[in-house]
Amino acid sequence: MKRFLTLLLSAFLIASCSSSGETTTSNSPANYIENKGSDTIVNLALAWAEKYQTDHPDVRISVTGGGSGTGIAALVNGTVDIANASRKIKDEEIAEAQANGVEPLEHIIARDAIAVVVNPQNPVSQLTLQQISDIYSGKYTNWTEVGGEDRPIVRLSRETNSGTHVYFLETVLRLGSKEDKTLFSTNTLLLPSSEGIISEVRDNPNAIGYDGLGYVPDDLKMIAIAKEEGGEYVLPSIETVNDKTYAIARDLYMYTDGDPTGVIKEYLDWILSAEAQQIVAELGFVPVK
Amino acid sequence: MEKSLSWREFIITRLIQSSGYSAVLFVALIFFFLLREGLPALGEVEISTLFSARWYPIEEYFGVLPLISGSLIVTLGATLVAVPFGIGTAVFISEIAPRWVREILKPFVELLGGLPSVVLGFLGILVVSPFLRVFLDLPTGLTALTGSLLLGGIAVPTVVSVAEDALDSVPRAYREGAWALGATRWQTIWRVTLPAAKSGVLTAVMLGVGRAIGETMTVMMVTGNAPVLATGLGSLFSPVRTMTATIAAEMGEVANGSVHYHTLFFIGMVLFLISFIVNIIASSVVFRAKKRAERILS
Repeated sequence: MKRFLTLLLSAFLIASCSSSGETTTSNSPANYIENKGSDTIVNLALAWAEKYQTDHPDVRISVTGGGSGTGIAALVNGTVDIANASRKIKDEEIAEAQANGVEPLEHIIARDAIAVVVNPQNPVSQLTLQQISDIYSGKYTNWTEVGGEDRPIVRLSRETNSGTHVYFLETVLRLGSKEDKTLFSTNTLLLPSSEGIISEVRDNPNAIGYDGLGYVPDDLKMIAIAKEEGGEYVLPSIETVNDKTYAIARDLYMYTDGDPTGVIKEYLDWILSAEAQQIVAELGFVPVK
Repeated sequence: MEKSLSWREFIITRLIQSSGYSAVLFVALIFFFLLREGLPALGEVEISTLFSARWYPIEEYFGVLPLISGSLIVTLGATLVAVPFGIGTAVFISEIAPRWVREILKPFVELLGGLPSVVLGFLGILVVSPFLRVFLDLPTGLTALTGSLLLGGIAVPTVVSVAEDALDSVPRAYREGAWALGATRWQTIWRVTLPAAKSGVLTAVMLGVGRAIGETMTVMMVTGNAPVLATGLGSLFSPVRTMTATIAAEMGEVANGSVHYHTLFFIGMVLFLISFIVNIIASSVVFRAKKRAERILS
């Protein structure tokens, strides 16, 4: 009897936990859009959702961040309608999605550039991609090696689950080469948020960090970057990203399950309109058109 | 009438009984869940990789040693901060402070204990870390030491309230006896009251250590999260990555059932094991102290 009651109680508790988790998604009405993913895109997605909802009061859009991987995982599990990603979906994620009966479809919705930032007190103002790679891989440990003051270099990076981290690893550390197995130096500080990186760079003259162009405030110093030694040093801006002269720029994506229909299609069409792309520019990203 | 009363009695008894047993049940369930999700890591990752010094999970480097050493060094630092401060405060509140001071101090210490750790993390980023960088001339202020100081602050209220209870329950006759023998106040505290409350004070220390090792949010914000293997006390002044921060930062992203997922649960197992050992040490110390006390008293 004692054992039976214990079992009954725990079964009841487990059942009540699992059912409360599901009701929120299965009962969503037809004009409700769940949008989740990349932290790089979250502010943009929020601004879009806000504007769209004021123009279409019958549509509800819920936007959450968490990282590109989190968003895609949620799309694979069928808990969101649109996943935001700052990187292309991986092959294994596509395989996982297909195993779950989900067909991820890619939409390029904006462009983004990663700015490399230092403290304004730091005299270094331009670097080549190779130099940045050597700084982050741990080859250079003092700012004098890249023409700066005698200070130790403190490397800041986003956490490994951030799309920005993976993009920076592939494009800058490994200079876009698939065979290159260069890794971040182990004493690279992995900070969980953009704000963490910005506040440390603002405060610490030893620090070097990177973040989406849209997130860099005016009081940090952006580094002009050359693609190779002897090349032209280019500061990141909307113009230099669009004419492809700035080296660290990428496309931003939304993924849907198959061809979008109904409200989701209308929303995605609107996102590519001139009105929505205007918001992209206002937030420091780069419009697609 | 009588029948319904006995029925009610029966139901209430069983309900209370089952809620008591359920605590044991849940711990067991959590433990089995951890084992089920964490043990596969031992098969999927080579042992030599698992106990190597490189943690970079997105490229299949699953060395957990830097994380374990990071947690240990931050916890050690926090203990060094929390124990003297905590016991000192407890002694002051229970033995020295006048009644009205005690009445103000106690609720404030408890309030400190209720402070959300995110708030302390912000304090760490904005105040403690810049201060330490300038004051100690470090490359960066996001170090194990910053984490230790803040975790010490988090653990202090736990240590204070448990140690203070223990000191409070020392019979007044002990102190009066010491005073009658001509002992000063300090001698009474150091030689009589504290030893008499030893088991309770040790429990307080262990609970404080447990609180520090399990803390997540603050350390994730202020220790820099660089997975460098700590080699000595010098690592206290450089960034470290703790086990808790790793699990918190990476669990949201990881694909269910992947090697990375199992490895994170493996780290959870290690963490569980460490707090289990801390608890066992604490209770065995208390048990031994009790036996000795009984011997003396009998």
